[in-house]
Amino acid sequence: MVEVKLWGALHPATGGVSTIEIEATTIRELLRKLQEQYPDTAPFVKNGIAVSIDGVLYRDSWEKKLPPSAEIYLLPRIVGG
Amino acid sequence: MTYDTQFTGQTFKSVGTRPLRPDGIDKVTGRARYGADYNLPGQLTGLILRSPHAHARIKKIDTRKAEKLKGVKAVITSTDLPDLTDGDSELFDILDNCMARKKVFYDGHAVAAVAAIDAKTARAALKLIKVDYQVLSHVTDVDEATKPKAPLLHRNCFTEGIEPKPAKASNIASRSEFGHGDVEVGFEQADVVVERNFKTEQTHQGYIEPHACVASFGPDGSAEMWVCTQGHFTFRQQCAALLGMPLSKLRVTSTEIGGGFGGKTHIWAEPVALALSRKANRPVKLVMSREEVFRASGPTSATSIDIKIGVKKDGTITAADAVLRYSNGPYPGVWAMLGAMTSFACYDLKNVRTVGLEVLVNRPKTTAYRAPSAPMAAFAVESMVDELADKIGMDPVAFRIKNAAKEGTKSSYGPVYGPIGIGPTLEAARKHPHMKAKLGKNQGRGMACGFWFNFGGQTCADLNIAVDGSVTLTVGTIDVGGARASLALVAAEELGIDYDDVKAVVGDTASLGHNDMTDGSRGTFSSSMAAIMAARNAIEELKNRAAKMWEIPVKNVIWEDGHAKAKGRGKKYAKLAPLSLADIAAETPNTGGPIAGYSELVADGAGVSFATHICDVEVDPETGRTQVVRYTVIQDAGKAVHPTYVEGQYQGGAAQGIGWALNEEYIYGADGRLQNPGFLDYRIPVCSDLPMIDTQILEIPNPNHPYGVRGVGETSIVPPLAAIANAVSDAVDVRMTHVPMSAPRILKALKTEH
Amino acid sequence: MSQLVSTIINNDSVEFACEAHETLLEVLRDRLGLTGAKEGCGTGDCGACSVILDGALVCSCLVLGAEAQDRNIETVEGMADGAKLHPLQTKFLEHAALQCGICTPGFLIAAKALLTNNPDPTEEEIRYALAGNLCRCTGYDKIVRAVQDAAKQMRRA
Repeated sequence: MVEVKLWGALHPATGGVSTIEIEATTIRELLRKLQEQYPDTAPFVKNGIAVSIDGVLYRDSWEKKLPPSAEIYLLPRIVGG
Repeated sequence: MTYDTQFTGQTFKSVGTRPLRPDGIDKVTGRARYGADYNLPGQLTGLILRSPHAHARIKKIDTRKAEKLKGVKAVITSTDLPDLTDGDSELFDILDNCMARKKVFYDGHAVAAVAAIDAKTARAALKLIKVDYQVLSHVTDVDEATKPKAPLLHRNCFTEGIEPKPAKASNIASRSEFGHGDVEVGFEQADVVVERNFKTEQTHQGYIEPHACVASFGPDGSAEMWVCTQGHFTFRQQCAALLGMPLSKLRVTSTEIGGGFGGKTHIWAEPVALALSRKANRPVKLVMSREEVFRASGPTSATSIDIKIGVKKDGTITAADAVLRYSNGPYPGVWAMLGAMTSFACYDLKNVRTVGLEVLVNRPKTTAYRAPSAPMAAFAVESMVDELADKIGMDPVAFRIKNAAKEGTKSSYGPVYGPIGIGPTLEAARKHPHMKAKLGKNQGRGMACGFWFNFGGQTCADLNIAVDGSVTLTVGTIDVGGARASLALVAAEELGIDYDDVKAVVGDTASLGHNDMTDGSRGTFSSSMAAIMAARNAIEELKNRAAKMWEIPVKNVIWEDGHAKAKGRGKKYAKLAPLSLADIAAETPNTGGPIAGYSELVADGAGVSFATHICDVEVDPETGRTQVVRYTVIQDAGKAVHPTYVEGQYQGGAAQGIGWALNEEYIYGADGRLQNPGFLDYRIPVCSDLPMIDTQILEIPNPNHPYGVRGVGETSIVPPLAAIANAVSDAVDVRMTHVPMSAPRILKALKTEH
Repeated sequence: MSQLVSTIINNDSVEFACEAHETLLEVLRDRLGLTGAKEGCGTGDCGACSVILDGALVCSCLVLGAEAQDRNIETVEGMADGAKLHPLQTKFLEHAALQCGICTPGFLIAAKALLTNNPDPTEEEIRYALAGNLCRCTGYDKIVRAVQDAAKQMRRA
């Protein structure tokens, strides 16, 4: 079980809460279960979500492991110049 | 100095040296081929007809006369680029921007295009196209656009991110909020609270090379394109989607690129060139004029930012609040959101809230410009931080050090920071000789910090070892300023061979798997990671081949200092002299054929980036003209692969920031037309405007990269706006709240405040 | 209507036909295949198309092709002596005075014009002499240093 913090725009999709708990060990599992448990998050996942693990942003690596004690934070995907 | 991370203690032979770049000779002799330097047999000249109106409904386009003109081979409108976007609104917006459909949304919006045997004929044809417009009222100012009675760009635009969804349409496409704690409580704890509005005007990346491409569409439905781009794989993806073709049938070659800074991460004329070529069945070359680049490519946002910060007398910031309105052009983007995320990222704050509003206006589509959206937010925040330090009588560097984010700080955009480098840049600034340099009359000193997210992304590299032992490294990220030298250094390091034995090239879309664009400061970070992995992959095979040559088990072969070495007991092993890469390469025809290493990966773990800049200016109180007289950039590079090019990134970002701070701005008339679409009136810094720009590279290794490398491209543009504003304030004691701080604005401020 | 023009480019006698409205830059790039000169603006503001015309630095986008008749034109393609680079070219490489490199041909030509007239310029003189050439990548620091270094080397030669 990991604790997942959500950026503001996701709160309406999770019934107003800013932190949820999900049984997941990888980013893949996290994103899959997020959409299963909170279907309104699906469009956000489709548009791209970045997963911050202990402050480092991951964008595409589904296989990335989620250490149980890590801070997991979902953020919008950013762009650069 | 103590750093937040442990130095990994790696030593390097090649990495960190400063060899000449492999593409250098071509670039100093005029041989290098940029976008407009490519030509194909039978090529036509393409030109685009653009809207003279800021906002209008397209009632009818009559192309018949143009089509009949001798020498015209194709005329296209939006009907030749039908909507294949299948509900993908982002892709639809790209399509609509490349060729307007029902409405034009800005002065310069493309409405039709021609391909003709030469430019003269194409120009004549454009004049024969008749567009019947119903002109609509427009809005170009970011604050005006948010007012209730502002002309609406889209009647179906209901602000996203507000619960419940608003019932009334507006030009605010979306609202995003970040932060933690309770700012109201925080402000109550403060001894001093300051609140201000800051404005920044729209600027352009100002790359010297206009957008250019040559497209060649064959009757079999396959096509090739040569284009100056920051991401040929992304261009292929978007163009193929808009033209309804499989990715494999569109081969895109990136030419040398004459600057991009984010502006070449988006497609503009490329689908138009492809559609023209498809219709004419001939290659079409399409090169934008400078005027078109200004009017119709993608500048950055104009902004209006409200900032409120509270501070205790001991220097602790108790609360920080910001509302950031960023112009997006006609289509919704993420620009205010990025401003909201980055604005307070340098600080350790208990109570912080940032709200970003994406504002639609009748200006060209906003695009990424180097650390997109961060410089404007930093201008507002760092100006106010300076003002607060002054109000409580604290040194501005000490004030920032007191409040600086560190490992374990909950960032203003959400996550808790791991090891980060803002502290060391501030410490370095405090100790820098620049801080003690003597200031002359009318001179002032300012400093500011900047933050940017770096990122990695999809990356792919091939490393081929030739029979003579020389190596070609093929990467898929565009080289915008010396990356091929850095990547060759990395491959040489890993293989243990000379830099001169590695040639790094950029492959086309047919030669490698997908690579994300060179953006987010990812080029050297990501491709060096892929190059290292490709080299390690090749080394495994080199060991196999050495084992075959020696007729020993491969487990008894190790790789060290660019050589295979046999490790084992007995006389047999003692006699086996190490084999160099060249020795092994020479025998490849007999040991199993060519050796190639490859790597496909997602380069994650880029880590965030911080910089601190110090700046001295001289302000002429008579004219308001400001000259930067001394400038220093301090930034963490993780590990500088080629330090000269790292310095170049620092200096270039600072120079762009200086232009933004003092001169550059889009000026729109009441008619909604851009009044300064040229380098004469949109004045970027010239050589005589600038001093030498000093740099200090800090190397705090990035734990997520094998060599500790961090991206360095973008962060250097974040602090300059604020650093210069703070210096101006120090010099003439006026707080500038509107960028650019052009002479008339400074003069006006001087007259108002003194 | 086309007209025939005889001129000298990089010490070679060259003949070309061009229309009255065509600029020297268009002729160089589109008719003669000399694409070293770049079009950054077409209005004489960026200097990427700089060439030396009878010893004077000009923007080739502001000169008509027809004006090249009986003139002497130097472009970036003529700077190196075979395999031997001009000192400015060498120093631009050594100092990394280029990033994207699109402005480089113009800077090299402008710097050459400067050093021909003033072999020992001050930093300020260099900065003003190069003020007609825009570079967006470097902040000019390394360009100025490269020109200073090249001037030093050329004075010794």
